[in-house]
Amino acid sequence: MKLITLLSILSLSFLIACGGGEKKAEQEAAKPANPNGLTDFEMEHGIGPVKEELQLGAIDPAKVAAGEKTFKSLCAPCHKLDKRLVGPAQRYTADRRSPEFILNMIMNPDEMTKRHPTGKKLLAEYLAPMSNQNLTLDQAKEVLDYLRSVAKEGHEKNIEAAPIFSGQQK
Amino acid sequence: MKLSFKSFLILLMFGLSLAIVSCQQGSGNSALKSSTAEKVFVAPGEYDEFYAFVSGGFSGQLAVYGLPSGRLFKIIPVFSVDGEKAWGFNEETKPMLETSYGFIPWDDSHHPDISQTNGVLDGRWVFINGNNTPRIARIDLTTFETVEIIELPNSAGNHSSPYVTDNTEYVIAGTRFGVPVPQRDISINDYKGNFKGALSFIKIDQETGGMDLSFQILMPGFDYDKAHPGRGKSDGWMFFTTYNVEEANTLLEINASQRDKDFIAAVNWKKAEEYIKAGKFRTMKTKYAHNVYNDETHSATSTMKTEVRILDPGNLPGLVYFLPMPKSPHGCDVDPSGEYIVGSGKLSANVTVHSFPKMMKAIKEKKFDGESYGIPILKFEDVLAGVVEQPGLGPLHTEFDGKGNAYTSFFISSEVVKWKLGTWEVIDRKPTYYSVGHVMIPGGNSQKPFGKYLLAMNKITKDRFLPTGPEVTQSAQLYDITGDKMELLLDFPTVGEPHYAAGIPADLIKAKSKKFFKLDENKHPYATKSQDDVKVVRDGKDVHIYMTTIRSHFAPDNIEGVKVGDRVYFHVTNIEQDYDVPHGIAMIGANTSELLIMPGQTETFVWEPKEVGVWPFYCTDFCSALHQEMQGYVRVSPRNSKIKLSWSLDGE
Repeated sequence: MKLITLLSILSLSFLIACGGGEKKAEQEAAKPANPNGLTDFEMEHGIGPVKEELQLGAIDPAKVAAGEKTFKSLCAPCHKLDKRLVGPAQRYTADRRSPEFILNMIMNPDEMTKRHPTGKKLLAEYLAPMSNQNLTLDQAKEVLDYLRSVAKEGHEKNIEAAPIFSGQQK
Repeated sequence: MKLSFKSFLILLMFGLSLAIVSCQQGSGNSALKSSTAEKVFVAPGEYDEFYAFVSGGFSGQLAVYGLPSGRLFKIIPVFSVDGEKAWGFNEETKPMLETSYGFIPWDDSHHPDISQTNGVLDGRWVFINGNNTPRIARIDLTTFETVEIIELPNSAGNHSSPYVTDNTEYVIAGTRFGVPVPQRDISINDYKGNFKGALSFIKIDQETGGMDLSFQILMPGFDYDKAHPGRGKSDGWMFFTTYNVEEANTLLEINASQRDKDFIAAVNWKKAEEYIKAGKFRTMKTKYAHNVYNDETHSATSTMKTEVRILDPGNLPGLVYFLPMPKSPHGCDVDPSGEYIVGSGKLSANVTVHSFPKMMKAIKEKKFDGESYGIPILKFEDVLAGVVEQPGLGPLHTEFDGKGNAYTSFFISSEVVKWKLGTWEVIDRKPTYYSVGHVMIPGGNSQKPFGKYLLAMNKITKDRFLPTGPEVTQSAQLYDITGDKMELLLDFPTVGEPHYAAGIPADLIKAKSKKFFKLDENKHPYATKSQDDVKVVRDGKDVHIYMTTIRSHFAPDNIEGVKVGDRVYFHVTNIEQDYDVPHGIAMIGANTSELLIMPGQTETFVWEPKEVGVWPFYCTDFCSALHQEMQGYVRVSPRNSKIKLSWSLDGE
């Protein structure tokens, strides 16, 4: 009696499980999705508060100054410009990533390192999860202009780029 | 034995039917149990409906639980040092435990009470009394930390406290012991008439919550046991139970129980305010500490105050009246409407209820039955509203559900009894395991109880839990009180003696809970807000290390030039700006506790190196995958060494 009940429950659950599996397979066949259900925008520009492409103007010296101050207080404990520390060197981040990606990474690192393939790759390389320092969007944009300015400076002075991933050619 | 197919079938059927019956019985029982379990089950990741702030009694602290699950979230250090949180060990919080007797590392915390607005819980602060060295603490419910402690002069055994008036105008605290006021060298046998009982009225600043000892009423030397502010129609009054109106000073167990009745003291605090305003007080020289913690400097200061205003009730008509109450009342509880004052004579078999309107009528008609030290005594019959007859043995404390019912704990007969206000009939009784002291319904002492659960706090738990040697766990029990009959849902262990509790719907607090301290608002004099600013400074034998933490390193992490005999101050700022990322730090051989530093906070510990060598420190709170790498060294050289102070991180 108990055995029969158990068997029917088991077989029923197999049926359910099988049915579910087929359905899922169908969906996957219909659309080759981005990993973790990310949109194409998110794949390129990251996951976070910035959901549209920005129109960036020229680098604003006032913003650069404010951004440098924030960077030194809240980012510099883990990031140098030209040397790998706890996190990657920041000299050429503005060349490497879109402005929207940079803002999203600063403002939403928890999700970026869990769901975004680039964020996950960075976490796997550096192992220390990037801290959310709770910058406002304005503060993050100031840091962005600071990063744009140091990249520009790097090109002008021919400063060598530090590798982001180990084993990478310098 | 050979069985025919038919008899086999019969046997099979019989067996099957047995199995069915046993299944039904089994499932029937488990269904009952699982429905009870469901009522306290809060699924992983989900929140409890209520916060319960449960005092730790002799632990001196305040524990925060969730109801209905009974899960423990936090122990808030209040009156006792706590090495886990560096409370009383770091330089910032040491002043919080200063008193007129010096630094005291422990107390006995009894009665938490939550602030109210218009007689309804508002979730701003919790107040709690220190019993032994009389003090009141205030806990801020945005940080869940003790932010203020005020000592009470002239008090001893600060038991009938702290109770919050309808709009948190005052937190009121009464003394258990009569003591000579002012203290002096006299014979204990001269108790009668010479010993006094001080009732303290602490004014609350509505903006900051700041406490100020506004005045004391110097009462006869009875023992003031419990208290309750008037609510609604009786707002403006405060009621205290007393025992030992005999004024015995030895073997109180017998000698304080001679009279048939003790008193409830009804104090008109609005009248007291008038007398203060009219200058009818005397100012007494005294000494008491007032300690305040500041969330911007992350530091406490202790100030010694030297004066208190005294009102003498014998000379001030209309200030205090005595209401007779049978034998040694403990609980003194006012119902949500403010009409009834419930006294629990702990040596009485009945619960006696007085009527506030009747009391006012008797006062108006001046129907007094003598006086005690100039304080008029009202006639028992004139103020009596009703009696709950023979509900149990040893009534102790009553809370209310806001639906016309009262719930009284019975210490001697170990039960909670539900009875009806007005008709005084007993509706239900449920056993407790065992010897219940206080009970708590969230908001159950206010005008608006949230009458869904009742928490019973027990004094004895033998045989209820796995044994742990002679000292067994303390416990609380949760009852569902939504039906006519109460239902026991849960036993759960508590930290320290769960003496008393205050509960509040989580929705009134949780959104206001702070996530971290903003670094740019940090005004600690030794804060280091940027890794660029770390430094080590020598000032004679004092060495100040300005240090930062972030996942997962200290800056600096190599320090040289410290000498034997120095006093080394580690001023550590956690420069993280995210939720739930504290860092800890501990130094080998430091005669103090670790620090546990919240994001944006600065804390300080002192280390006095006694031997030369290279001594390590490390992070004590698991902060990241590289937590184990979060460490550093201090080199200690001989006193006469010429090595200069230097510091570094990663060679820079």
